[in-house]
Amino acid sequence: MRVLILAKEGNQSAAATPPTAEAMAEYQKFNEELVKAGVVVAAGRLSPSSEGKRVQFDGSKRRVIDGPFAETKELVAGYWLWQVRSMDEAIEWLKRAPYDGGTFEIREVSQHEGA
Amino acid sequence: MRSPSTRAREGALAVATEANRAIEAIWRIESARLIAGLARIVGDIGTAEELAQDALVAALEQWPASGVPEKPGAWLMSTAKHRATDLIRRRKTLERKYEELGRDVERDQGGTDLDTAIDEDVGDDLLGLIFMACHPVLSTDARVALTLRVLGGLTTEEIARGFLVPVSSIAQRIVRAKRTLTEAHVRFEVPSGPERSARLASVLEVIYLIFNEGYAATAGEDWIRPSLCEEALRLGRILAELAPTESEVHGLVALMEIHASRLRARVGPSGEPVLLLDQDRSRWDHLLISRGLAALERAERLGAAMGPYALQGAIAACHARAATAAETDWPRIVALYDAVAQLAPSPVVELNRAVAVGMAFGPAAGLELVDALVPEPSLKSYHLLPAVRGDLLRKLGRSEEARAEFERAASLTENARERELLKRRAAECAAEGMTG
Repeated sequence: MRVLILAKEGNQSAAATPPTAEAMAEYQKFNEELVKAGVVVAAGRLSPSSEGKRVQFDGSKRRVIDGPFAETKELVAGYWLWQVRSMDEAIEWLKRAPYDGGTFEIREVSQHEGA
Repeated sequence: MRSPSTRAREGALAVATEANRAIEAIWRIESARLIAGLARIVGDIGTAEELAQDALVAALEQWPASGVPEKPGAWLMSTAKHRATDLIRRRKTLERKYEELGRDVERDQGGTDLDTAIDEDVGDDLLGLIFMACHPVLSTDARVALTLRVLGGLTTEEIARGFLVPVSSIAQRIVRAKRTLTEAHVRFEVPSGPERSARLASVLEVIYLIFNEGYAATAGEDWIRPSLCEEALRLGRILAELAPTESEVHGLVALMEIHASRLRARVGPSGEPVLLLDQDRSRWDHLLISRGLAALERAERLGAAMGPYALQGAIAACHARAATAAETDWPRIVALYDAVAQLAPSPVVELNRAVAVGMAFGPAAGLELVDALVPEPSLKSYHLLPAVRGDLLRKLGRSEEARAEFERAASLTENARERELLKRRAAECAAEGMTG
């Protein structure tokens, strides 16, 4: 199964200090381990929401809203797409991530697309 | 036969309480590394697997009460390591006794310092385990079962379900495979030099076999079994990181990623197969396609001449790059099949080449090549020969001959879904014959 890991911005909003070299190295080590285990299918980090846009749909109207967006805790800061065999496996992998704060969400990607 | 303790261990695994589910997931993550590290120390897969499973049983006994340790992998390894130490000590005592009897029993691992043995690169351990499980001394069936068991962390039941064979057959296959490795004194090593490419070919063959059994199930009710594809793909991706300079590994990964990208489009609403040129390309998984193309680039960048897997990956890429079936670059596919046929000639490759020729230069040219393959003994009961021939005949307007070929193909396949598809084609030809 494929799962999407969403890293919520939480405390690490745009204003937060950039991660230390040490923290980056830890993260890279973890990411490498995931790649070597054949788990990572895709990954990405998002730029701050101040550079983002939203498009609101209302009937035939479309409204474009500029960032930054207010609900910082819920904003997605980055994502991973993992290939795992179960939700439990995803949880066990995620527990090993070298983070000391923040919330991460695991969601299964449905294999039955809309078509 | 499985020992009662093995059955107890597997039974223990099946108890799916909350804590146990976490432990099972950890086992899936850690078991290959664990078995690999232990195999290097004790020298054989069977003992390594037993030691690893003993550690798992200890976890199942202790963790529900004590909680899962912070580094579960390290915990399992150190628990198993203690047991390995005991075992080696016992073996050494035994060896001394043998020596007293004047027999020369020399064990490779006799002089290994256990701590350095465990701390060395885990990657090499895994690679060593892959090479051992895929050793050419084993039959392909045995290699496949052992690989899924020790590298995939699959239970005997899961493997049996994947291949639609009784659990007892898989269990026996694994036990016999371990015995064969021991009797043949297969060493735990990462082969180098000229031996390496032959051994690697054996590994790639096993992974591709697992993939193909999922991709086009040879038997049974389902046309595809995606979990086997996923397992093979995972093994391939792992191998690509363990042996990044082997272009054929990337070639195989490219081939599997691109083929897997079509899994969703290969099955119609009621489970019937949909062939490549009839597939809705918007349903292809474009993430897997881009991964496949990247893997192919990795293979090409290594500079060596493309091997059979990289060439087949390149053929798959030709299809992946074509926005519609009509835009397929068939002449390039023919050229790539020419190259495959030179490197790894086989009647099946010739048949595929004939299909490409038929598409590039017209059905008559394709049929000429297929007709030449008809006497080939190895294709005698290969259902795709009459299926391809039927297809070409149909395009040439020879409906009655085409119908007979599709009927023949339907009688040869063991996959129920494929049989339905071929019968439908035969019926279509019959209808065409009436009107035409």
